[in-house]
Amino acid sequence: MDDRLLLAASTFCFLLGFAYTMFALGTGRYQPSRFNFAAMAGGFAFQSCFLVQRGHALNACPLTNLFEVLIFLSWSIVLLYFVVGTTYRLSLLGVFTAPLAFMFQAFALIVPLDSPPGLRARHLAQPWLETHAAVSIIAYGAFALAGVAGVMYLIQERQLKTHHFRRLFFQLPPIADLAVAINRLILTGFILLTVGLLSGFAVRVEWGKVIWGVGVWLIYGGILQADKWRRVTPRRVAQLAVAAFSITLATLWGLNFINPAGSL
Amino acid sequence: MEVFCLGLSHQTADVATRERFAFAEHEIGVCSGELRRRPELGEALILSTCNRVELYAAAPDPAVGLDSIEAFLVARAALEPADRKFFYRRHGPGAVRHLFRVVSGLESMVLGETEILGQVKKAYSIAAESGATARHLNKLFQRAFNVAKEVRTRTNITRGPVSVGSVAVDLAEKIFGRLSTCRAMILGAGETSELTARALMSRGAHGIFVSNRSYERARVLAEESRGEAVGFEQWHECFDDIDILISSTSAPHMIVTPEKLGHAMRKRGNRPVFVIDLALPRDVDPAVNDLDGVYLYDLDALRDIAARSMSVRRQELAECERLIERHVDEFAGWLANGGAAPMLAQNSGAVRTAQAL
Repeated sequence: MDDRLLLAASTFCFLLGFAYTMFALGTGRYQPSRFNFAAMAGGFAFQSCFLVQRGHALNACPLTNLFEVLIFLSWSIVLLYFVVGTTYRLSLLGVFTAPLAFMFQAFALIVPLDSPPGLRARHLAQPWLETHAAVSIIAYGAFALAGVAGVMYLIQERQLKTHHFRRLFFQLPPIADLAVAINRLILTGFILLTVGLLSGFAVRVEWGKVIWGVGVWLIYGGILQADKWRRVTPRRVAQLAVAAFSITLATLWGLNFINPAGSL
Repeated sequence: MEVFCLGLSHQTADVATRERFAFAEHEIGVCSGELRRRPELGEALILSTCNRVELYAAAPDPAVGLDSIEAFLVARAALEPADRKFFYRRHGPGAVRHLFRVVSGLESMVLGETEILGQVKKAYSIAAESGATARHLNKLFQRAFNVAKEVRTRTNITRGPVSVGSVAVDLAEKIFGRLSTCRAMILGAGETSELTARALMSRGAHGIFVSNRSYERARVLAEESRGEAVGFEQWHECFDDIDILISSTSAPHMIVTPEKLGHAMRKRGNRPVFVIDLALPRDVDPAVNDLDGVYLYDLDALRDIAARSMSVRRQELAECERLIERHVDEFAGWLANGGAAPMLAQNSGAVRTAQAL
C-alpha cells in the first residue's frame, strides 16, 4: 500500500474525530465517546503503519526530511495523548490534539516537503543519531501537548474570570488538573530533550542544530524553574507553554528551510 | 391488566397536607404488602418523599383499583372528601407518563434534580423485597430507570448548578478539582455563607476557619462545622492556608482590596483562591478579580449562573418530553399486548437491577 495513502487515512481519522466532537459540543451534548477514541486510535494506527513502512524502505528511522519529521511529531503527540489523556482523565485533550495532528499531517501532505530518496540524509542510519532524532521529536511532542493543555487552561481560566460559561466549560477539566498536566508534560519533554541533546553530542550533529536544541532546552528549563520557584502564576505558565511551542515550531521550520536535506 | 397511580405532590398540596399522608421508611414495605393483599389490586408500590406521596398499582380495573387505594388511605390517614382536591389519579399511559416524568426530575421542585431517581429506586427495592410487585410494576419501574438514565445522558436537563450553594461548589471544583484538599474561610457568619460552607464541606472541603466581629458567634459556628475560630482582626493571617474565602460581613466598606490581596497572593506563591462575596454592601473590591489566580464571584454572579442553568434546563423540557413519549408508547403497546414480551427479570433479579442502575 502506498505510504501516502496510509497517511491520508490517518489524517482523515483525525479530521473525523475532531468534526464529530465539534458537532457534539455544538449541540451541547458532548460525552467522551468510543467514537472519538476510535477515531484517534485509527489515526494513530495508520500513522504507525506509515512510519513502519517508511522505516523499512529507508532502513532507518523515518526522520530524513521535514515531511517525515512532521509525521513523527504528530505520531508522538497522539502517543503522548493516549498516555496522558488516560492518566489524567483529560478526555477533552483529544479534541484539541486531533486538530493539531490533522494540521501537521495535512500540511505535510499538501506542501511538497517529501524530497526524493536520493536527496535524503542517509547518515541517519546510525543508532546514536536515530536515538537523538527520535527522542528529540518525542520531546517536542510533549511540548506540543503542553501547549494544547495550555490553550485549554487559558480558555477555562477566561471563562472563570469573566463568569461567561460556554458549553465547553462543563467539559473542560479543572484548571488545577490542567496546571499539573502542563507542568508534567513540560518536565517529560525537558527530560527527553536532555537525553536527545546528550545523544546528539555523542555523534556531533551540526552545531547550528545543537545551538537551536540547547535554546529550546533553555526556554523550557526556564519555565520549569520559574514554576518551581513560584515566580510565575499558573496562567503565565500556560501562556509560556503555548508561546514556547509556537516559537519552537516556527524555528524548526526556519532551520529546515536553511538546510532542507538535514535531519534534526 | 392496567397500571395506575394515586398521589399528591408539592404541586397540589402544601407541606402540612403532604406530612399527613407520608409514609415512614419502615412502613412502606408493610403497607405495600397490605395493599397487594387487597383483592382489587394485583401489585402495589408506595413512593413517599418530602415532595410527593404516590401509590402505584396494577389491576384489571383501574377505577376499582383507585377506589381501593383511596379506601386504604381513608383507613390509614383519615382521608376526607375535602382532601380529594389534593390528589391526582392517573391510569394507563397517563400513569406511565407520570412516573417517567417523576423519575426524570421533570415533576421535581427543582427541575432536573437527580435525587428523586435514588428515592424511586429505594421505594421499588422495598416493594419488590416485600413481594408487593410483580411483572407489570417490575417492568414499569425498570423501564422508568432506563428512561431516567436516557433523559439524563441525552439531554441537558441536569446540566449546571441551580442554587447559590451548588454554583459555589461547582465553581470550586472547576478551579481546584477535588475539594478534599481545600480549606475554606468564612468571614462574617451569615446564613447564606453558612449554607455555602456546608455545601462545600459536603463535597470534601475541610478545615473551615470562621472569623466574625463577634468572636463568640465565630466560635459557635466553628464548633458546629468542626472548624477553627479566628479573631476578626487576624483573618488575613490565615490567608496563606486557605483556598476558598466566603465573605458576608455587614461592614459598610470593602474589607478585601486588591492591595491587601495582591500582597497576600505573592506570599502564598500564586496559588489560586476562590473568593465568594455574599455581603450587601459588598465586602470585596471587584478589582481583585483582575489579580492573577483570584476568582471573585458575588451574590449576583452566583444567582445569574443559577438562573442561566435553570433556563438551559427549561429549554430541554421539550426534548425530554419527546424521549419520554416514545417510551410511553412502547410501554403502552406492551401493556395492550397483555405483557406478551419477555420479562426482564423476576422479583429478586429486578431488585438487583434497580440497585445496580
